[in-house]
Amino acid sequence: MLELIKNTKIDFMGKRKSAFIFSGILLIIGIIAIIQIATGRANLGIDFAGGTSIQIKFEKPVILHDVRKALEDSGLKDLDLQDLPTVNKILIRVKKTEQNLGQTSDAVTEILSQKFPGNKYVVDSTTEVGPKVGGRLRADAAKAIAVAVVGILVYVAFRFQFNFGVGATIATFHDVLAVLGVFYVMGHEINLILVTALLTIAGYSLTDTVVVFDRIRENMKRMHKEPLESIMNASINEVLSRTIITSLTVLLTSVALFFFGGEVIHDFSLAMIMGVVVGTYSSIFIASPTVLILRKKKAVAKR
Amino acid sequence: MKKGILWRFILITGTVLLAAIFFLPNTPLFKDMPEWWKKDMPDKGITLGLDLQGGIHLVFEVEGDKAVEITTERIAQSLRDIISKKKLNAEIASKGLLITSSSSSMEVRKAIEDSYPVLTPVETGTTITYKISDKEANRIKDSAADQALETIRNRIDQFGVAEPTIHRQGTNEIVVQLPGIKDPKRAIEIIGKTAQLEFKMVDDAAPVAAEIPAQIAPGEEEVILKQFAGKIPADDEILFEKSVNRETGIVRKRPILVKKQTELTGDMLKEARVNLDKGVPYVSMAFNNVGAKRFEEVTTANVKKRLAIVLDGVVYSAPVIKNPISGGNAMIEGNFSMQEAKDLSIVLKAGALPAPLKMLQNVTVGPSLGTDSIEAGKRAGIIGTLLVVVFMIVYYKLSGVIADCALVLNIILLLGAMASLNATLTMPGIAGIILAIGMAVDSNVLMFERIRDELRAGKTPRVAVDSGYNKAFWTIFDSHVTTLITAAVLFQFGTGPIKGFAVTLSLGVAINLFTALVGTKTIFDLILSRRDVRKLSI
Repeated sequence: MLELIKNTKIDFMGKRKSAFIFSGILLIIGIIAIIQIATGRANLGIDFAGGTSIQIKFEKPVILHDVRKALEDSGLKDLDLQDLPTVNKILIRVKKTEQNLGQTSDAVTEILSQKFPGNKYVVDSTTEVGPKVGGRLRADAAKAIAVAVVGILVYVAFRFQFNFGVGATIATFHDVLAVLGVFYVMGHEINLILVTALLTIAGYSLTDTVVVFDRIRENMKRMHKEPLESIMNASINEVLSRTIITSLTVLLTSVALFFFGGEVIHDFSLAMIMGVVVGTYSSIFIASPTVLILRKKKAVAKR
Repeated sequence: MKKGILWRFILITGTVLLAAIFFLPNTPLFKDMPEWWKKDMPDKGITLGLDLQGGIHLVFEVEGDKAVEITTERIAQSLRDIISKKKLNAEIASKGLLITSSSSSMEVRKAIEDSYPVLTPVETGTTITYKISDKEANRIKDSAADQALETIRNRIDQFGVAEPTIHRQGTNEIVVQLPGIKDPKRAIEIIGKTAQLEFKMVDDAAPVAAEIPAQIAPGEEEVILKQFAGKIPADDEILFEKSVNRETGIVRKRPILVKKQTELTGDMLKEARVNLDKGVPYVSMAFNNVGAKRFEEVTTANVKKRLAIVLDGVVYSAPVIKNPISGGNAMIEGNFSMQEAKDLSIVLKAGALPAPLKMLQNVTVGPSLGTDSIEAGKRAGIIGTLLVVVFMIVYYKLSGVIADCALVLNIILLLGAMASLNATLTMPGIAGIILAIGMAVDSNVLMFERIRDELRAGKTPRVAVDSGYNKAFWTIFDSHVTTLITAAVLFQFGTGPIKGFAVTLSLGVAINLFTALVGTKTIFDLILSRRDVRKLSI
């Protein structure tokens, strides 16, 4: 039997203070990110903010700075450029256009044809989103997150005791907020694909939590004389290897997507990688300790 | 042999066969199948999304208010006729969505309200102002959206696109998806052009006509309109003709004073085609019977006057009517390129949009990006699967091999299920498949760890496998359901590519329940039933 982790006796519950401090910081960053997104100050993708995004593939290498200068000299504003030098690709984003849809992308291609006459290009993709659609997509994304969270909460509350439901939900929220916060701090784009990743993380991060809770529930019957804290510690230690291995397999595929999946889902895979790591951490260090604290509060109240 | 193993084997083989039949159209093998197979068996398979095969996804808004405005204007015109026929004393003016009569006497009101019961008064005094009732306005908007949908369908039919998707969304939006299109910009122009063709008389007789400059520079239109506002007759308007100097290429605009009244519209066309005059393309049109008769009447009554041919508010030409024209033929000239002339003939033949369209969203993907994405997706999928497969064998030995068999079964069934639903595969969808591969072995990991627990507790392999499965069942079930909940939400709220993700992920997770609980277990049962197994490779 090959085992990564054997008979550990780590005092996870005892480390809950440091874990809460660490997660508290993550949560605060996540909440700041949400406020910034809500007030429109975050780096929103054009699917949410409206605007134009054009991906152009040149025949020969181009210097990003030259493209930026060419476009800015011709009067285009609010540009956001990014290049993929290995494939001579440039991604141009123009946010919040006042013009009618179509004009910005036409202007960009016209300028590039004029300023880089010796370097042919093809337009790989153009995405233009008007403000009306942007607003609708934002509302839809917010609705989707709310419905998913409520759905998960109801299911977990139905399957486990109420306290466990609360613990699982807090851990899930924690994971989603942490990934969102990190994306915000890194200045990555907040777009529909990221929301998709966040929802997937919400669904998946529960897998590990459910595994741990299942074992705690089982051990509570078996070891009912022991205090809850030691039951939890024992349970987490018992299932530690499978918690880590299940995450590891998903991590393997996420990493494959990140390195080989192409630029379209680059950020998606990055979010998944973070989500799987943070989800594993939270199922050990956040979910159970939260239940423990809720139980203790109740016990004190009863006395 | 343990009871039911045979049945489970038949079940698994059956589903694999079914999956293969459904997925066959996506393989090159389908070409070589016999005729009866191609005819009677599933032939659609998985289709590629726009992001993978290239194409455009457009969302338009039909500007319903404009349709109501056009109707309002038409009603005002007909009211003028009615008022003058009844010899009543009232001026009818229309502005935007409102019609105002300069008199609110009982006779005038009766004449107006009897002719058009859909008008409701909004302001009454010495004058009276009407607007079209909300109910009727909504009906007009709704039918404008319907008509726009029909017109766009006609235009795309004539433009020639394989498998377009065109449908209404909400009250006033139209979604157009054109997969694999080569020239997206041209398609957008053809779809979005209102193509409201009107014939109007030029009012050279008005005294003010002589004061209007013959030519202006482009961009000065507003100045002219402002300058002459109020000076021109109430039933006249100024439109502009674009003229390009063939040699110098300089563009000028020619203001032309025309009657607001439309003599004829493009509705009465039966044919439009491109012709050449000394190598210069123009569009020739033929009216239907009603149109031809009306055209003859108009040209007979207005010999020596000029007739402006107006398309979407722009004058294309304003020739002098030399003789009455019978037979119903007309033409539009305008310095067209061959393609412009051809596109114009397409939109004229397909008919005008009842109201202008506003583009809300445009996603255009070139074919090369799609090919790149598929390649990247395949590579990531193969590498991801290999990593997982190798890891499982290293960590769980022979049991890992069993889990890998279940994983392959999972992939086959997933592709088969997608093909049976004719699902659309998108790039996020490919990511969903790859993630599902990673999640698929989770169930096996949970079971194997349980079996290890049982073995450690000193149970025999067979008992360990059975109780390991039973104990792991609910854990697996719970963890799958939560993923399914979020996938369902994504399906409900997501747009195209993200829906694709939700479909592959949820199918993958659901099928995983089957492969893990039935597939892996059956193999274990088979091994353990053969002989007295003392040791389990796990």
